[in-house]
Amino acid sequence: MQFELFDLAPLLVILPVIGLLVNILIGDRVGERGIGWIASLAAGLTFVVSLLLFFALQGHHEGATVPFLEWIRIGEFNVGWNFRVDTLSNTMMLVVSGVGTLIHIYAAGYMHYDVRYKGDPHSYKRFFIYLNLFIAAMMILVSADNYLMLFVGWEGVGLCSFLLIGFWFTKNPDGTDGHSNSNAAKKAFIANRVGDFGFLMGMFTMFWAFGSLNFGDVLGHGAVEHVSEGTILAITLFFLLGVAGKSAQIPLYVWLPDAMAGPTPVSALIHAATMVTAGVYLVARSAPLFHASHTAELFVMFTGAGTALFAATIAVAQNDIKKVLAYSTVSQLGFMVAAVGMGAFVAGMFHLVTHAFFKALLFLGSGSVILAVERGHHPLEGDGGHDDHHEDEHHDDDHHEVFDPQDMRNMGGLRKIIPTTYRVYLIGSLALAGIPIFAGFFSKDEILADAFLESQPVYWILTVAAFLTAFYMGRQVLMVFFGKPRTHAAEEAKESPPSMTIPLMILAFLSIFGGLINIPVIHPLTDWIEHTLGHDLVHATKFNWQVAIVSTLLALIAIGISWLIYGRKEIDASQPDPLQRALGPIFIGMRNKWYVDEIYGFLIIRPYERLSSFLAHQVDWTFWHDWFHDSGIAAGFRGLANFLANPVDLGVIDGIANGLARATKGSASALRLLQTGFVRNYALMVFLGVVAILSFLIFR
Amino acid sequence: MIEFNPLDLLNTLPILVLVSWACALLMVNVFVPRQGKGLMVLLTALGLAVTLILSIFQAGTQTEAFKGMLAIDDFTVYMNVFILASSLVALAISHDYMQRMGLARGEYYVLMLFSVAGMMLMASAADLIVVFLALELLSIPLYVLSAFARPQVESEEAGLKYFLLGAFASGFLVYGIALVYGATGQTNLIQIFAAAEAGVETPAFLLVGAGLILVGLGFKVAAAPFHMWTPDVYQGAPTTVTAFMAVGAKAGGFAALLRVFIAAFPAISVDLAPVLAAVAAATLVIGNVVAVAQSNIKRLFAYSSISHAGFILMAFVAFGQDGLFEDTIASVLFYLVTFAIASFGSWAIVIMLERKEGRGLDLQDYAGLGRKYPALALAMAVFMFSFTGVPPTLGFAAKLFVFRVVIEGGYYWLAIVGVVTSVVSAYYYLRLIIIMYMQDGDPQVRGETWLNLATAATAVATVLLFFFSTPLFEWAAEAGFLWF
Repeated sequence: MQFELFDLAPLLVILPVIGLLVNILIGDRVGERGIGWIASLAAGLTFVVSLLLFFALQGHHEGATVPFLEWIRIGEFNVGWNFRVDTLSNTMMLVVSGVGTLIHIYAAGYMHYDVRYKGDPHSYKRFFIYLNLFIAAMMILVSADNYLMLFVGWEGVGLCSFLLIGFWFTKNPDGTDGHSNSNAAKKAFIANRVGDFGFLMGMFTMFWAFGSLNFGDVLGHGAVEHVSEGTILAITLFFLLGVAGKSAQIPLYVWLPDAMAGPTPVSALIHAATMVTAGVYLVARSAPLFHASHTAELFVMFTGAGTALFAATIAVAQNDIKKVLAYSTVSQLGFMVAAVGMGAFVAGMFHLVTHAFFKALLFLGSGSVILAVERGHHPLEGDGGHDDHHEDEHHDDDHHEVFDPQDMRNMGGLRKIIPTTYRVYLIGSLALAGIPIFAGFFSKDEILADAFLESQPVYWILTVAAFLTAFYMGRQVLMVFFGKPRTHAAEEAKESPPSMTIPLMILAFLSIFGGLINIPVIHPLTDWIEHTLGHDLVHATKFNWQVAIVSTLLALIAIGISWLIYGRKEIDASQPDPLQRALGPIFIGMRNKWYVDEIYGFLIIRPYERLSSFLAHQVDWTFWHDWFHDSGIAAGFRGLANFLANPVDLGVIDGIANGLARATKGSASALRLLQTGFVRNYALMVFLGVVAILSFLIFR
Repeated sequence: MIEFNPLDLLNTLPILVLVSWACALLMVNVFVPRQGKGLMVLLTALGLAVTLILSIFQAGTQTEAFKGMLAIDDFTVYMNVFILASSLVALAISHDYMQRMGLARGEYYVLMLFSVAGMMLMASAADLIVVFLALELLSIPLYVLSAFARPQVESEEAGLKYFLLGAFASGFLVYGIALVYGATGQTNLIQIFAAAEAGVETPAFLLVGAGLILVGLGFKVAAAPFHMWTPDVYQGAPTTVTAFMAVGAKAGGFAALLRVFIAAFPAISVDLAPVLAAVAAATLVIGNVVAVAQSNIKRLFAYSSISHAGFILMAFVAFGQDGLFEDTIASVLFYLVTFAIASFGSWAIVIMLERKEGRGLDLQDYAGLGRKYPALALAMAVFMFSFTGVPPTLGFAAKLFVFRVVIEGGYYWLAIVGVVTSVVSAYYYLRLIIIMYMQDGDPQVRGETWLNLATAATAVATVLLFFFSTPLFEWAAEAGFLWF
């Protein structure tokens, strides 16, 4: 019975694919509501399957591999479409499909009100097809039984990310016509390609060293002992490059803040809760490999810690509500990567889960805020107010150039205007800030406690990052919800519909109680994941009172400071940020993201463009095409072609072919003459035939 | 003293029922008014259907009847089912045409039934006398049917030519039978086989006799150089008769050839093989080459049908080699079915385009068909591809099986002739497709339910059955003879 449940695993991929196929086929006929329902149902059923697999695992902690299709078999090398169901992958399945389903439902409401949408059912359909495709790809990623299948999912989610960041590819993020969105999509894709290069190199090295890409052969007991540490280091560092691409770590994190150009549900689903954690999952899945090389662990740990701090400083000075959350995501991913780097795989996975809850909540909440302000600025149909729709649009376009509904300086005082969104947002912020009893406290504290034992420098880096986290979240909540409305739009803001607020409430509930899944002393998640990773790699971290008190106090102090700066007196939108006066040039650096994009532009992109321009114009066009092709190849080829065409082809080959055809036609006409129509001639032919046959038979 | 065995009547029930039904219909026809010949069609169809069912019930029977004059075996059943099904299709495409051309006379259907009875008798003939009897029963109604469109001169001419040359060929057949009897003292196939194995005093008589039997039957299947009647008769006869004759007469002829040669003449197969090979090659070359020069669609298909007789004959060449006769039978049967399906389909389209006084039969009359009647043109293209032997059509599989037998028999030069003439055949088949699709024109098409149905069914079968060609071939391979 239990094993039959495991056989459901392929449905994880099949169900969302069915969903998207149904939407492709009948999406135009069922209308918006139908499209949303179909997509959400597909995601929801995927969650149900994940739950069934969860129950199946209760009796069989060792999990199961469900063979589905044979894919590649060359000699000893064998890669199949096999679904791996174990406690680690199931954790990811539950998070992806659970959070994914909530975001599907939220998006059904959100997309209807998106200003750029303007009642175009094709866009609505396209959006949900992409979302379902993403779920399918993510499920391939987490349920893979080998690195190649994992890579298929890895590329699949990358593609969906590209498609969804550039979803409004003819627009800028503020709704005007332009290429910003598609440029952001390209940036994400290219940065990820760099990471994918690393992943591929890692796989190639792995194949060379292990002769297999299957988890069982590479990660199985004792497998790593047959491979030299240098090789393991190479594989893991290549993988780290892949992780840096997908999970937005230094130096490849630059794409994630720009990825906020996508619709907000996409930011929540892909760029906060699920896809970007794929790198963390990869490291956790490859735990025996990373554990085998201490150098690799150090690299991963410092990359994560550095990213955590670096991104947190940038988040402090952003004014765009989604940009703050984006850098916060980068920072929190840094926490997770640092955790899995120091061998605290469970802590990393724990933070991955809780972060999925509260960061999805925050993003969806910010979407609700943006939409509310948007609708306050420009009431949509059904909100009442304007009658003439055409005039309405004009009005809308004029204002978009000056009004940014994502700028926190345009908000303020929303606490009373959109109370539901305010409450859930506050919960998410407290969870992220690491205030006790909220989910984020437990998971972040477990990372800090592990770091405290493992490496003091990393512990202090992460603690400072946690302090900054609490500060920028305090700043954000105060700027958005407290004080007085600073614009007319904020005054007129409208609360979002239930299809959006209900998923928010569920996520808020999870953000409060999500910490229970690995509550200290009992450690349920640790026991759960230990079934997969084994006793050597997993250890329950003792709750460290010293660490907990320090981080809680720091968080409270940070929130206090943010209140002193942003809460005590009214912020004037036209004045520079109050913090700028205190920090001066450091703040300017933080605001401008430490000029990383500019540095990359100077160091990589512009030389690259100059080189490609040189190659294109000078080498390819002037030298290769104009000179070499025209005078060298083309002339020679023309001569040869002429030779082959005229004497050889026309003369010899066509001669033979035409000769055959002429001979056939000629003999046809000749033989046709025999067909005189006279019976006597026919009888003569029969007779001659008889004579010939009999002569042969008699005189043979 | 002739003993009468009532079981013989039971075993020959299908033929008996069909012949009695035909006689009865001849009477009924007198009372059916000229406008009501639809009734005759229905009754004919009923007779054929009942006979078909009776034949199917005979499946699995392995017995002789009338003292070894007839053999009732899997081969008989296969051929009977094939002939009867073909006749039903021929009937389906006939009715509308006969009315349109003012030929709706009840005798048409009765004659058809008699001819069908002759074909069935051919398939079960186990004695040379019966072969001759069956051949005449098959042929004489066809002579009349060819001239059915009297007082049209072309039709009368066709009937007369067919009759004169048919009589001429029958003479050779009878002479051949007499010589074989002279050599072996037997007319029964299996006893001829035994006598030949034991050795005969005058082997030349046996050989010449076999050669003359080949001439007589070769005339029926339109093998070169006994094919010359074919274009004239096919062109002159009413088109529905042509369609019926093209499949039916060939099926009967090949059934008899298979039965006589494989049952009676394995002992002299080494001597007969070169003759068969030469006849096959000549048929292939003449059929395919002369077809290139044709501009009338009926004449084109006449030569096409000659060339297909050549392909089927190729399979015969190796009939006497050990273990090959089964493949010979199976590939001949498979090819016959393939040819019948595509042939009926293409004739049905010809019938749709034909108008009074022989108009609408020129190749140029098909110009523009692709644009005006895309489904019809597609079906025609499918048949042409099947005739050429292009996958995924049944014709490809049929040629494949035939070539396989030829190669296994060691006749590589014959296989090469087959391949080269196949290439030549592509020229005139594709030319029709080019005319249909790439030339402008305004074709006149008269569609009718049964015609459309027949065309659609045959086109679908041509493509669909391709994917089941191996099981079908294995099925055909089970249609063995009583004595093996």
